[in-house]
Amino acid sequence: MTVTIFVPRDAAALACGADKVAAAIEKEITARGLDAHVVRNGSRGMLWLEPLVEVSTDNGRIAYGPVRPSDVAALFDAGLLEGGAHALCHGPTESIPFFSSQTRLTFARCGITDPLSLDDYRQYRGLKGLEKAIAMAPAGIVKAVTDSGLRGRGGAGFPTGIKWKTVLDAAGPQKYIVCNADEGDSGTFADRMIMEGDPFVLIEGMAIAGIATGATKGYVYIRSEYPHAIEVMDEAIRIARQNKVLGPSVLGSPYTFDMEVRSGAGAYVCGEETSLLNSLEGKRGIVRAKPPLPALQGFLGRPTVVNNVMSLASVPIILDQGAEYYRDFGMGRSRGTIPIQIAGNVKHGGLYEVAFGLTLGEIVEKIGGGTASGRPVRAVQVGGPLGAYFPVSLFDTPFDYEAFAARDGLIGHAGITVFDDSVDMLKQARFAMEFCAIESCGKCTPCRIGSTRGVETADKIARGIEPEKNKVLLADLCNTMKFGSLCALGGFTPYPVMSAMTHFPEDFAPAPVVEAAE
Amino acid sequence: MNLHMPVPDIEERTLAIVNALKGLEGPLLPILHEIQAEFDFVPEDCLPVIARELNLSRAEVHGVVTFYHDYRRHPAGRHVLKLCRAEACQSMGGDALAEKVKALLGIDFHETTGDGAVTLEPVYCLGLCSTAPSAMLDGEVHGRLDDDAIAELVSEARR
Repeated sequence: MTVTIFVPRDAAALACGADKVAAAIEKEITARGLDAHVVRNGSRGMLWLEPLVEVSTDNGRIAYGPVRPSDVAALFDAGLLEGGAHALCHGPTESIPFFSSQTRLTFARCGITDPLSLDDYRQYRGLKGLEKAIAMAPAGIVKAVTDSGLRGRGGAGFPTGIKWKTVLDAAGPQKYIVCNADEGDSGTFADRMIMEGDPFVLIEGMAIAGIATGATKGYVYIRSEYPHAIEVMDEAIRIARQNKVLGPSVLGSPYTFDMEVRSGAGAYVCGEETSLLNSLEGKRGIVRAKPPLPALQGFLGRPTVVNNVMSLASVPIILDQGAEYYRDFGMGRSRGTIPIQIAGNVKHGGLYEVAFGLTLGEIVEKIGGGTASGRPVRAVQVGGPLGAYFPVSLFDTPFDYEAFAARDGLIGHAGITVFDDSVDMLKQARFAMEFCAIESCGKCTPCRIGSTRGVETADKIARGIEPEKNKVLLADLCNTMKFGSLCALGGFTPYPVMSAMTHFPEDFAPAPVVEAAE
Repeated sequence: MNLHMPVPDIEERTLAIVNALKGLEGPLLPILHEIQAEFDFVPEDCLPVIARELNLSRAEVHGVVTFYHDYRRHPAGRHVLKLCRAEACQSMGGDALAEKVKALLGIDFHETTGDGAVTLEPVYCLGLCSTAPSAMLDGEVHGRLDDDAIAELVSEARR
C-alpha cells in the first residue's frame, strides 16, 4: 500500500523550509524506489516543530520535527515509512500534549486533510452544516447561531446571530457577506492558518451565512501580506464552484451563493469593518461613522454581514452538531472555543484551540512552556498591537471577554505575544503610538494627531525631560484618544500604552540626567 | 527599467487592465494591483486613464494610490526585502535584526541600494509570529531568522 507522508504548505512551515524538505523527501522516495507519496497538508499548529513531517502508519500518524532538508536521508534510514524511531520523532501526532489537550472544533480538520481536496473535506464531516442549513428556514439558521452564543472572533465579541438577524430582517434586492480576513494584529495567525489549511470551512460558513440572511454574494478581503492564503482561497473557491458548492444552485438547492477573494493593499486600518468596506468599494480605507450600521448600509450601501474568518469558520460545526453542542464549551458569556495563538518569545508557539476559561498563566507557562530565550517572562501582550500588556502578577486572569475587560485588557483576536525580561516597556508604549501614527486613516483628530504627540511625549520621558509632567500628559492623551476616536485604532492604542505605564512604572522612571560639561 | 516608457504605451496597457476589471464591484483596488504587477509600480500616467474610465476625479484616484502602503510611486529594486517590525518579531530581537540588515545593505527602510538590487521595506506582521523574526523576499517567506540566516538572505537578494 502506498504510504502517505505529510509536509505542511502553511506559510509558517514554508518560512522554516517546508518546500525544501518536501523536495528532499520526494527525491529519497524516487532514489530508493519506495511506494510512498507526499501530501501538502495544513499546519497542525505546533509551530515550534515546523516543518512537521507526518507519516501515516497502522498506529496513526507519526510526527517528526522540526525537519531540515539535511535530516531527510537519515529519517529514511531510520525507517520513516514505518514510523521508525529517530531523535526528531515525537510519536503519534495526536498524543503530543500540546495537541491532545486541545478541543478542536473550528480547526478540527486543519492539518489533517489536503486543504484543496473536497473529498477529504467531505470525509471529515465537511458540508454537513451546509446540508443541514439548506433544509432549515433562514430564521432557523440565525436562531441556531444565536443560541450557540457565538461572538465575533475578530475582537469586538459582538453576538454573531444578532448581526445576522439584522441583515435577514433588512430589506434590499442585494445583500452581501463580507469576510474580514485582514488579520493585521501582530501575534495572530489563526485566520491565515485556516485559510491555508482548511479553506472549504470558510467557504461553507459563508454559504451558510448567505442562505441565513438572503445574501447571494460574498467577498473575502485578505491582506496582501498573506499571498499563500490568497492563492489557496482562490483555488478552493474555483473547486467549490466546479463542484456546485457555490453558484446558482448551492448543493442542488434553490439557493444562490457565490464569492470571490479581494486583496488588501497594506493598510492595517482596513481590518476595521467600515474602513474595510470603503476599501472593498475602491476608496481610501477611511473609517465610516456608525450609524448607519454595515448590517443595514454596508458594501455599496446595501445590507452586509461583516464577520471575521474565525466567526464564519465556526458556523459549519454549529449547524452540523447543534447550537447546544457548541454552547456547552466555555465560561460565562464567552461560549464555545477560542483558537489562541501563542507567539513571540515562547518555547512552544502555535495555535491552541480550547474552550474559554484557561488562565493566562496556564497558557503562557504550561502550554507555551515559558520563553524561547529561557529568560523569565516579563510581559505578555494579549490581543495584538491594540491589546494591553499583562505582567506576571495578572497571570490568574481567565481567558474570557469579560474577565479581560475587567482588568483593562482585551482578548481581541486571541493572539498572545510573550516578552522576556529584556523588554523595555517604555519602548513598547512608544511603538504602540508610532504604529497608530503610521496606520491612522487620518479621519479623526485624536488618532491622527494624538498618536504623533504620543510618540514625542514618550521620547521626552525616555530622555528624562520633565518625566512626571510628561507621564501625566501621556495619560491625558490616552484618555482623549480612548474616548474621542472614531474606531478601535485610536480608541484602543491607549491599552498597550496605559498598561505599560501602570504595570511597569519602573521603565518610565526618569533617566539619570547627564550634566553638560561646563 | 520602466521609468522611460513612452506615455502612449503606458496608457494603452492601463486601458487594457481597466477594461478587463471595470465590471467588478469596487474595481479600483484590483485595477491598481494589476497595474503594479504590470509595471512594478503605479506610474503617474496611469492615473488619468483610470479616472476617466471609472468616472472618478484624478484627485480621488491619487488619494487611493497614496493611501495604501502597497502602491509604489517609483520602481523598486530588482528584489524587495520586507522585514517584519511588529511586536512578536520585536520580542525575538527584531529591532537588532533590522539594524543588521540596514548595515549589510547600507540603506534605511524605504530605500533602494545604489546598484538597484534591493529595496528594503518594513512590514507590520506577516502572520509568522511563532517563528519570529520573519521576513519576506519577493513573496517568499522566511522565519526564525538568526544572524547567519539573515546574512544569507541579504546576499541572495544582492545577487
